[in-house]
Amino acid sequence: MKTTAPSTAAGAPGFARGSTSAAKARPLTLIVNGRRLRITARNRHKNLLTFLREDLDLTGAKRGCGIGLCGACTVLADKRPLRTCRIFVAAVLGRSLTTIEGLAAPNGGLHPLQQAFIDAGAIQCGYCTPGMVLTAHAFLLKHPEPSRAEARRAISANLCRCTGYQQIIDSILAAAPHYRKKE
Amino acid sequence: MDELKEKAWRNDAAAKVTGRVRFTDDIKLPGLLHAVPVYGDYVHARIVAVDTAAATKSRGVVRVITARDVPGSNRCGQILKDLHVLADDKIRYHGDVAAVVVAETRAQAIAAGRRVRVRAEPLPELLDPEAALAPGAPLVHEERGANLIHRHVIRKGDTTRGFAESAHIVEQEFRTPFVEHAYLEPEAAICRVRDDGVLEVRGSMQHPYSTRRFVAEFLGLPLARVEIVGTPMGGGFGGKDDTAALVCARTALAAWLTGRPVKMTYEREWSMRESYKRHPYRMRYRMGVGADGLIRAVECRIVADGGAYCSTSPWVTWRSTVQCCGPYVVPHVEGEVLSVYTNHVFTGAMRGFGSPQVNFAVEQLVEMAAAAAGLSGVEFRRRNMVRQGSTTVTGQVLEGHAVSLSEVFERVLAESGYEDKLRRSSHGQGEDDYYGIGLAMSYRGVSLGAEGTDFCAAVVSVQFDGSVILEAGIHENGQGAESAMILLLAEELGVDRDHIVYRRPSTSAVPDSGTTVASRATIMGGGAVSRAAAAVRLQMAGAVVADLGCRPEEVRFAGSRLTAPGGRDVGFAEAAQRLYRDQKYPYALGVFPAPRVDWDESCGQGRAYFTWVYGCQAVELSVNKRTGRIRLLNAWAAHDVGRAVNWAALLGQFYGGMAMGAGYGLFEEVAMTGGRLRSLNFDTYRIPRSTDMPEMTAIVLENRDPLSPSGAKSIGEPANELMAPAIANAYFHATGRRRCQLPIGGEK
Repeated sequence: MKTTAPSTAAGAPGFARGSTSAAKARPLTLIVNGRRLRITARNRHKNLLTFLREDLDLTGAKRGCGIGLCGACTVLADKRPLRTCRIFVAAVLGRSLTTIEGLAAPNGGLHPLQQAFIDAGAIQCGYCTPGMVLTAHAFLLKHPEPSRAEARRAISANLCRCTGYQQIIDSILAAAPHYRKKE
Repeated sequence: MDELKEKAWRNDAAAKVTGRVRFTDDIKLPGLLHAVPVYGDYVHARIVAVDTAAATKSRGVVRVITARDVPGSNRCGQILKDLHVLADDKIRYHGDVAAVVVAETRAQAIAAGRRVRVRAEPLPELLDPEAALAPGAPLVHEERGANLIHRHVIRKGDTTRGFAESAHIVEQEFRTPFVEHAYLEPEAAICRVRDDGVLEVRGSMQHPYSTRRFVAEFLGLPLARVEIVGTPMGGGFGGKDDTAALVCARTALAAWLTGRPVKMTYEREWSMRESYKRHPYRMRYRMGVGADGLIRAVECRIVADGGAYCSTSPWVTWRSTVQCCGPYVVPHVEGEVLSVYTNHVFTGAMRGFGSPQVNFAVEQLVEMAAAAAGLSGVEFRRRNMVRQGSTTVTGQVLEGHAVSLSEVFERVLAESGYEDKLRRSSHGQGEDDYYGIGLAMSYRGVSLGAEGTDFCAAVVSVQFDGSVILEAGIHENGQGAESAMILLLAEELGVDRDHIVYRRPSTSAVPDSGTTVASRATIMGGGAVSRAAAAVRLQMAGAVVADLGCRPEEVRFAGSRLTAPGGRDVGFAEAAQRLYRDQKYPYALGVFPAPRVDWDESCGQGRAYFTWVYGCQAVELSVNKRTGRIRLLNAWAAHDVGRAVNWAALLGQFYGGMAMGAGYGLFEEVAMTGGRLRSLNFDTYRIPRSTDMPEMTAIVLENRDPLSPSGAKSIGEPANELMAPAIANAYFHATGRRRCQLPIGGEK
């Protein structure tokens, strides 16, 4: 059985080049991982998670509960965490989405937070990992000097059944210095 | 290993952290159809008809499948073949699947599924295992003649004498609820019929070989024509055994009948409705203690709700039988453990496998007995715990490995500051919130024990350039089994771990190695890897001993070189090439058969497990006086793991197990009304969040196990089976109140 090759946003169909500043002027588009995407009328009424996973083949966002509770479907919308399983594509027109596929550098180099997850042993089954990484990323952008308790609270809405969260919190703290430098 | 303490390593980490890894639902195939299950809204009923006419005519529908379409056997099961893959004669619980709708899109399949009509005559519902055992009770499976699934007994010594010798007797009933595994990835399968006539199955399941049996029997195919291909899995915890195999079997049939690839992905609600749970137990215990503070006798009667199907109930309750008295020396024991059919959702394997329930009872019971005898729980445990050479309640002498219970116990006492904190515990007194500390300890038989035939295979194949392919009959459940085996092999062959590729196992490539449950991945899979590596080392050494001037068994493998005692050496790749030039392969199938165990079913005596692991956990908590809310403040766990293979992954098992155990202790419970689940998603079934958990301290003890080729034992389940009783004991020390029914947390 041959699986579909993992595609990057650049390789997915329907993308056209564009810039963030033009978003407001063209509300029928959506930016996904830096690429502007024209949204057809049909696609506007699709579930956002289904659209990302099925139409764009961005399968990093997962369906865990379908009711916006577990956080496995989290992406970033303008750098803030967004649950995609219960909203339509129309709800995010004009906004800039970052999925887990868009967090690593274009050359495939891991983001320091991703590396921190690996180094701290924060990954087990990996199903919550994309949502967890993006939630932590959004948190660190706003709070680059978190306490351990703050890091713990930051991921309290993302469920993980494998890790007990401890090494995820370790990885957030380990990555924090990077956010103090830039981003 | 030291390097791994600094920086964690997993072979699949980069793919997972970037979202590149493909779980079952992430896989796409050309021409893919989508299937969904259809349930009948009955708890117990005789089926009159499954009317598929309207659904078949629905838009996009390719086929609607019912029991009539099954080409092979519709009954399967690992122990008793009582599982109906598609409901035929009766509906036995609310999650029985009556039909499968296959359509061009998932939305079409779901829409058509609503148009399937299941007509059935309701039957009396059996929702209480004790009532189901009563004479004349209606039967869940008429052909079985009774609702008893299995009865284990344990008889040692003479309890009449034991209680007569006792100065203190305590009695208590304990209850535990249905618990959901709550793996984050719901069940999924994707199947196709290949051009070589083989039915290829990928799915979220932790037992590829039993899945293959289920699929082959269901379709009437030989095993060789069904291939289960290992696929990354989003958590299992014992829960992706039977139900997951059924999902694969139904999807396989859909692909078989339509000739097209088919995917079936479960919604959370379907998963929770249909999938088996951890057994609820009702446990009545009586313990007698002599004036010297030594346990004289234990009596217990345990009834487990097996739900609608047998699944692994006899094995789960067997472990409960063996471990029914906890890690204590008890001269006189009489007990029985029953599993019973009801019309509840069926119950089966879940992390712990029959130990979390009995531990919850026994670890409170010993503290009650200690109090009756005027001893502290610490002193009572010191007097009664198993030690090197002790005889267990099943008559097994604990020898041939380090019996380190005392060691783990004392370490937890010391690191947690237990006795000082116990003195400071509220015991129901004081103005502020209650505060308390508590602990629990256990021994646990490793792997399957006398449950079943236990062996495992691994294939090591060194390529011409010295790179290595490893394949083992162990499934990656997310715990890091692949990485552990790569690390073991790297050490055995003296090569860099990055030179080893773990090939995702296929049931067609590696002989049946059983299921990746029972915390057996590292000890059994690692054992097979060690055996294969030893064979490959001899082959490679044989090719170069003429140059090295030594015997093959003297060659040392390290630093990607083969070195003779005198210092002469050859590169690893060079040695492989010489072997190939000699027309030989550096290739071996390693097999690790578990050392012999024995069991006498009639009296519940025997050498139950070939080795044991020992653990102790403590927890510190506060209880809000007004709301009753419990807050965990700190937790400690000490486990003797034999040997740490992958440090961060090991700690991950500690923490994850403790978190799952904390959920069990505090609030996890599948709510039901009349056999219908009310807990169908995370809004009605709460699992621990990060803010529910305290900081955890892991204490790793390593007494290499001589019976394990790698020295390593187990951690996945030991870590999970102690937190609930530790919380219960801490709650008692905080409030002065015993909670004998799980879950104990929550507002009150």
